[in-house]
Amino acid sequence: MFIDYYKILGVDKNATEKEIKSAYRKLARKFHPDLNPNDKDAKKKFQEINEANEVLSDPEKRKKYDQYGKDWKHAEEFKNAGQYQEQASDFHGQSYSGTQYDGEFSDFFESLFGGFKNTGRSRQVKFRGEDYNAELHLDLIDAYETHQQTLSVNGKKIRITIPAGIENGQTIKITGHGGQGINGGPNGDLYITFLIANNPKFKRLGNDLYTKADLDLYTAILGGEITIDTLDGKVKLKVKPETQNCSKIKLKGKGFPIYKSKDQFGDLYVTYIIKIPTDLTEKQRKLFSELSKSQS
Amino acid sequence: MNKGNMIPANEFCASHNIEITFINSLQEAGLIEVTTINETEYIHESQLNELEKIVRLYYELDINLEGIETVTHLLQRINDMQDEIMLLKNRLRLYESFE
Repeated sequence: MFIDYYKILGVDKNATEKEIKSAYRKLARKFHPDLNPNDKDAKKKFQEINEANEVLSDPEKRKKYDQYGKDWKHAEEFKNAGQYQEQASDFHGQSYSGTQYDGEFSDFFESLFGGFKNTGRSRQVKFRGEDYNAELHLDLIDAYETHQQTLSVNGKKIRITIPAGIENGQTIKITGHGGQGINGGPNGDLYITFLIANNPKFKRLGNDLYTKADLDLYTAILGGEITIDTLDGKVKLKVKPETQNCSKIKLKGKGFPIYKSKDQFGDLYVTYIIKIPTDLTEKQRKLFSELSKSQS
Repeated sequence: MNKGNMIPANEFCASHNIEITFINSLQEAGLIEVTTINETEYIHESQLNELEKIVRLYYELDINLEGIETVTHLLQRINDMQDEIMLLKNRLRLYESFE
């Protein structure tokens, strides 16, 4: 697809080098990834304006673009005619790249100017590779125990250990597993953000868990014993007589594991939901009626 | 002092093609910390990311040191706010109905 670089930079087709530079600077300041961390849209926009500047700030490329841009699919023929020899070090305009945005050009650009990559800077300097950001979806149960998981990052498989107790939205850094360094610079890092799905039975707040337990009316009034599920297995609970609806009890140490703290757990809060019996028999109804009269 | 995690400032400058005076200015502005050992200035490895970001902002976006201080402060605020939003979102999930 043809890309209108003038439109991307918001300049006229007759814009001077100075105007192009100025427009680029203005947009770069707005969309530069350093100023818009974790904003994929800004990163994409920045790549577009970077590419537009790469072409329009270089008189040779601009000329070629103006002349053949709309016929970009035939660019190879023009290239073969030997009119425009591209070299990777042939960049005139200053463009921004740094660590995070190298070599990501559109098909349009690659067809017209070749598939070379550049450092984006006129200086031959060492740079850390690009930092990668990834999201990993987990169930609450997955986050309850330390476990290993194999991830595929840009074609490479890496095995990571996910510590128990990781939080929803927490990001961990895997050093050196980002993009390759530029000109001998160190590799970037891989940042993984964990997204933990809601669990239908258990809610989590920090290290504490919250759940609900149904209680029949008779046990609520007279007391008794019930069995409930925890993430650690089933637990028997003694129910006090005259337990009120929505009353809460705390089970110490039955909550979520505390991140990177061995054998330490939060608490589990259980809210009793008292179920009123339905479909009463005639006898039951009479007994409730008598009970009611005894109250007055 | 252990130099294991320290990068000589002059090496950083050479590899990034910048002047050592720039590092000194950043130190004066309180944007980075520089440690001097045997008259050689070192930057701690943990500051590398931040320092490279500052280099990009200064040399590529033409943002001066005062601007970088402001940007750094605002980015820190954004970061804190994002952490707080995540905390509140997690708290909100508690009040979403049980299925």
